[in-house]
Amino acid sequence: MNIDKHIVRNDSLEKLFDILKQNSKTIYAPASKNGKVSFKEAESFSEIATGYIQTTQSSKEVAFPRTEKLLDYSKSREEISVKGIEINNVPEIILWGVRPCDTMGIGELSAIFNWDYKDEIYNNRLSHVTVLGFSCSKADEYCFCTSAGGNPGNTAGSDILFTRLGENGNYLAEVLTDKGSAIVSLATGLFEGAENIEKDKFLADVPVRFNQEEIRNKLEKFFESEQWVEQSLKCLGCGACAYVCPTCACFDIQDEAHGKAGSRFRCWDSCGFSLFTLHTSGHNPREVQSQRWRQRIMHKFSYMPERLNVYGCTGCGRCSRACPADMNILEHLISIQEVTV
Amino acid sequence: MTDNIYMPYLMRIEKITFEAPGVKTFMLKFVSEHDQNKFTFKAGQFGEYSVYGVGESTFCIASSPTRKGYIECTFRQTGKVTNALSNCEEGNIIGFRGPYGNTFPIDNWKGKSLLFIAGGIALPPMRCVIWNALDQRDNFKDVTIIYGARSVKDLVYKHELEDWRRRKDVKLITTVDPGGESPDWKGEIGFVPTIVEKIAPSSANTIAIVCGPPVMIKYTFPVLAKLGFADKNIFTTLENRMKCGFGKCGRCNVGKVYVCKDGPVFTLAQLKELPDEY
Repeated sequence: MNIDKHIVRNDSLEKLFDILKQNSKTIYAPASKNGKVSFKEAESFSEIATGYIQTTQSSKEVAFPRTEKLLDYSKSREEISVKGIEINNVPEIILWGVRPCDTMGIGELSAIFNWDYKDEIYNNRLSHVTVLGFSCSKADEYCFCTSAGGNPGNTAGSDILFTRLGENGNYLAEVLTDKGSAIVSLATGLFEGAENIEKDKFLADVPVRFNQEEIRNKLEKFFESEQWVEQSLKCLGCGACAYVCPTCACFDIQDEAHGKAGSRFRCWDSCGFSLFTLHTSGHNPREVQSQRWRQRIMHKFSYMPERLNVYGCTGCGRCSRACPADMNILEHLISIQEVTV
Repeated sequence: MTDNIYMPYLMRIEKITFEAPGVKTFMLKFVSEHDQNKFTFKAGQFGEYSVYGVGESTFCIASSPTRKGYIECTFRQTGKVTNALSNCEEGNIIGFRGPYGNTFPIDNWKGKSLLFIAGGIALPPMRCVIWNALDQRDNFKDVTIIYGARSVKDLVYKHELEDWRRRKDVKLITTVDPGGESPDWKGEIGFVPTIVEKIAPSSANTIAIVCGPPVMIKYTFPVLAKLGFADKNIFTTLENRMKCGFGKCGRCNVGKVYVCKDGPVFTLAQLKELPDEY
């Protein structure tokens, strides 16, 4: 589908929000609470946070919830009855205000959930999400999307991408998919014609800090490096990096029983946890934190590109912002690049 | 239901066999005849077996695909789920997801001799391919099985061992660790790698399949190398902690490989390319 460009006036954005709410749409947008900005269901435009660089959590929860039921069961004396969840019973959601690093992450997450075996629980949720991306006019020192194959105005993963043309300016709206067109058709009056607009000059300046291909090649010979120990000395194995990451998909499957009935669910997990690879025998292939830190980097920058043709990182910088021990993935990647192997 | 790849088949436990202390074999039949008729698998593949309310556990499918109408699994009671499975009785229903993983490329071995080496609880993953081979015995030249356990009572599939011993077209050598023999034990006494060295099977046109505890494997590979086996002709199975079984949860990832998708069957040549993280 060709990109359809429109101008949405500065004051039309609120009108668009209101029209969507009038059409009974559920909208998840960044909202501020106690100094953190996270995606929450928004009832009014005024709830939407402004002036922040990035949300604390990614928006992956709409397609890959933190905990997700897989089946219910109940036992009687003679028999057991098992029922899978109703896959199609998911709400339609509009994700409003997603940064391009997160929209790019959707493709990377989908690669994992569709590798040979198609996870229809995930796919179905995603098919009910319309993504309204918003380009970045500002960045901070944690951002590195341009080193991770993205950029502050990247359209990948959005159904409509809005770019603000200057502070307090109007918005360029790039309508990219049929889902995006469906939004436009609810409020055609708000989407005006656009002449040739150069959006690049309105985007944040995010200097390239490392070369992803070079890192990937270097990692081929880097497994035994001492650097992993040095880099991970501070790491607590708390898993915050995995939880805030838009492309981390590792999960656990557990059962929960309440008397004779219960359910099986999956929930977020992290390769950084010490018990992640522990065998029942007591043997743990990754006994120390440096091995687990190495796995994180190798998986994102070497194994995933090899097996799934996508990198496992979008440069959103959330992991570094969230880390309680001040680990900084950008610094670590730069130091890998600088090491002679 | 088929859309939900996490939904298990319902299986009825038809028969429970006590193999060794803490080790049982379940013979399982699909509750749904439709599922039973549709189900196929190949030797080497595994499944996720579950007790609803407790969890899932990963075991190989220990029966051969040539034997229709049921599947078998053998497990040792070690943790939460295996304890719950151990408490099950004949007639109980459990869950099974599978088959997952790659397979022993048994078709490529036709016309060759087969050397099976197994230790302890690692005979189950091999039993499927041993049965598979014996069910088409004419396709292979010599078949040798070397199997050892810590002690006589720890040998699993005691009935099968007798069947294999009686067959004229199979050479079976059983051994127990020094100190594990009983007064009437007639087999070898010694660790499996030592016995392999003693028997010195020929490597000419032979495929070796080795499964066992890590320490047994570690000392058996050099013996096979000395006997002239090429790395690409030695097959083994890897075990790693698994949950989903199909390459999504990330748990079994070793280097660029996922044990659940690219394994569990690997050649020694492939194993040597993996980082030491399994």
